[in-house]
Amino acid sequence: MRQFVDQLIQNGYFAGAPKELVYAGAMIVAALVVLSVFVAPLAGVTSWLERRVWARMQSRVGPNRVGPQGILQWLADGIKNLLKEDIIPASADKFLFSLAPYVVFVGFLSAFVVIPFGRELIVADLNIGILYLLAVTSVVVVGILMAGWSSNNKWSLLGGMRSAAQIVSYEIPAGLAVLTIVFVAGTLSTQGIIKGQGWAPWDWFLFYNPFTFVAFFLYFTAALAEGNRTPFDIPEAESELVAGYVTEYSGMRFLFFFFAEWGNLYVIGAVATILFLGGWHIPAIPALADQPILKGGLQFAVFFVKAYFWVFVAMWVRATLPRVRVDQLMSLCWKYMVPLSFVCVVGTAAWMLIWPQGNRPVSMAMFLLGVVILAMFSKRVGYQIRHARPVLYLRPYI
Amino acid sequence: MSEAIHTEGNGFHTEYMTLNVGPQHPSTHGVLRFVVKTDGEVIREAIPDVGYLHRSIEKIGEKVTWHGYVPYTDRADYLAAMFANQGFCMAAEKLGGIEVTRRGEFCRVIACELNRIASHLIAVGTFGQDIGAVTPFLHALRERETINDLMEMICGARLTYNYLRIGGVGYDITPETCDRITAFLDHFEPITDEYDRLLSYNKIYVERLANVAVITREEAFQYNIVGPNLRACGVKWDIRRDIPYSVYPELEFEVPIGTGERGTLGDCYDRYMVRVREIRESCKITRQALKMLPKGPAIAKVPRKFKPPAGEVYVRVEAPRGDMGYYVVSDGSEYPYRVRIRTGSFTAMGIIDKLSRGLMVADLIALIASLDVDAPEIDR
Repeated sequence: MRQFVDQLIQNGYFAGAPKELVYAGAMIVAALVVLSVFVAPLAGVTSWLERRVWARMQSRVGPNRVGPQGILQWLADGIKNLLKEDIIPASADKFLFSLAPYVVFVGFLSAFVVIPFGRELIVADLNIGILYLLAVTSVVVVGILMAGWSSNNKWSLLGGMRSAAQIVSYEIPAGLAVLTIVFVAGTLSTQGIIKGQGWAPWDWFLFYNPFTFVAFFLYFTAALAEGNRTPFDIPEAESELVAGYVTEYSGMRFLFFFFAEWGNLYVIGAVATILFLGGWHIPAIPALADQPILKGGLQFAVFFVKAYFWVFVAMWVRATLPRVRVDQLMSLCWKYMVPLSFVCVVGTAAWMLIWPQGNRPVSMAMFLLGVVILAMFSKRVGYQIRHARPVLYLRPYI
Repeated sequence: MSEAIHTEGNGFHTEYMTLNVGPQHPSTHGVLRFVVKTDGEVIREAIPDVGYLHRSIEKIGEKVTWHGYVPYTDRADYLAAMFANQGFCMAAEKLGGIEVTRRGEFCRVIACELNRIASHLIAVGTFGQDIGAVTPFLHALRERETINDLMEMICGARLTYNYLRIGGVGYDITPETCDRITAFLDHFEPITDEYDRLLSYNKIYVERLANVAVITREEAFQYNIVGPNLRACGVKWDIRRDIPYSVYPELEFEVPIGTGERGTLGDCYDRYMVRVREIRESCKITRQALKMLPKGPAIAKVPRKFKPPAGEVYVRVEAPRGDMGYYVVSDGSEYPYRVRIRTGSFTAMGIIDKLSRGLMVADLIALIASLDVDAPEIDR
């Protein structure tokens, strides 16, 4: 992008403006493009898809009126919320109350800087990519706490406090699970981690050794908790805390929180894909060698499908599981997940001492184990689907 | 709120937070209010405040005729209107010395047990929803919708039935309706197993409910806990079995009691499981009643100007929320002299403060849901 801007400057555009200002302006324009072309529709469509998937699992219909199958529902909702009155409670801390949604939003959106879409498609391949990602997603908790505190509402406060405790606790297992992969890859760069893997499942870090296999599930569980998703949605538990930290929000500010939540689902899936599932790797196809655009598109598609699969899993989990209690949430984290993630880190470190180049047979065995687990899970799901009974229609008028 | 201020041993000055749960809280299912004092998330005191849904149903009883009061009883507990109908009709019949026709009794049993299934479906469904599992709630309401259709076939109404009359039932159950009820039961009984797989044995669900808000046998007697809540404490007491009325003595059914299978006897999980098992028993009773349904008139001859002799009665029926009692006094006129309704939800509210001390906010919601308190029934 820098070359492109340089070229524009040489051609006489922006004459008189300082070079740094032009670069900054170009960055802002690029960020807006990423936001409006990819992130906003993605979060919107995810919201629609979640409602549809959820409705289907609950034998309902879900939104199907706006556009084909209701796919434009998110646009209608967005417009509706933009037109709504932006209510700030009289007793709220107005500055923090107004600021909180943006802090949450910035925390989630900054993550897209280091999430690649393909081999060449990335906003910035930072050499501390994954560390940066962990850091910026932690900003979300500040926003939530601000929202909870500034609303001057006891439900909001309880929600904010729960959220702070939960997110800060689950950062640890998530961070340690990521550290396991950083050990294996030897780099913090997201592109570097992906390049350390291959297209074949047994080349993925998921199956690198038993410890990374466990680390994946630790990461995904902790990420669900960090994203305030069921079964860990206690900060906004609607049956306990009304709406938690968003109780007092209305209109577009309210929507910003959910925008971040749905967008964050993709971030969770994308990070899982980067770290464990081989990222954008596709098999080397000779026919594609001299077609960079097609190849890039295919890489993007592979990455997107892998990442979005985990979004679907999160929706599925949300439709299935009840919510845990605050103390159970904490004991799960500190008693089970933190020690287990330490075992993963130490185990992987030992593994790398013994087999610095990895252990191919073990990877293959882990891959087979994964296939067996998936098969057993599918069998179980199939059993449930076969035994699920459809709705019985008895016409009331004989 | 000076009494709330206390000082911890380490010298920090702290205060309890007063939290107003309701009347517009998502988990109070109607208009209930609790004034809760919490220490962070831990509840120190939860004072129930009832009366938001008071409609003077008991007073109205003194102003309308005996026949005319039956539709009002529907509103006493609109999730289980059939039982409120039955309670009042039984009281009037006892006062007037009216014999209900045999077919009428069986029609009552069929309608009541279907209503019990519907009411318990709401109870266990909303229980799941309060714990955070929304899917089982919608699956339960889907089945309840079918029961509503059946009720519409039986009596033309879906919620406030006004089906029972003094002396029998308003409309006979036709053979076509019987077939459809059987079709529904064939469809529904396997669904209870599906429900178990989805919710009852879910690890998180069990962890949330087991050992939470335990009611001991003695406490249940002290606080006058009735119905499924009492049975969950291990007390085998069911009005249908122990103070028999209608044709229940001829029907075979089990009285499910709490077993403490996942935690302590009398915890939230037991209260949940008792309801799930009662749904199955109700299916069984309905099947038997359909099979035994005799021929004959569905309603006895009762004069339109019904004037029972002066006197007073107290009748009890086993409603989904427990022992529902009607105390009715007649002075020999066209109007009841006094009607008093005793409901299970109202007495269950009394124990909430005692049980909730030391629980967390999330457990209070589970406790309210597990007692299956119903706002219209509390206030009447």
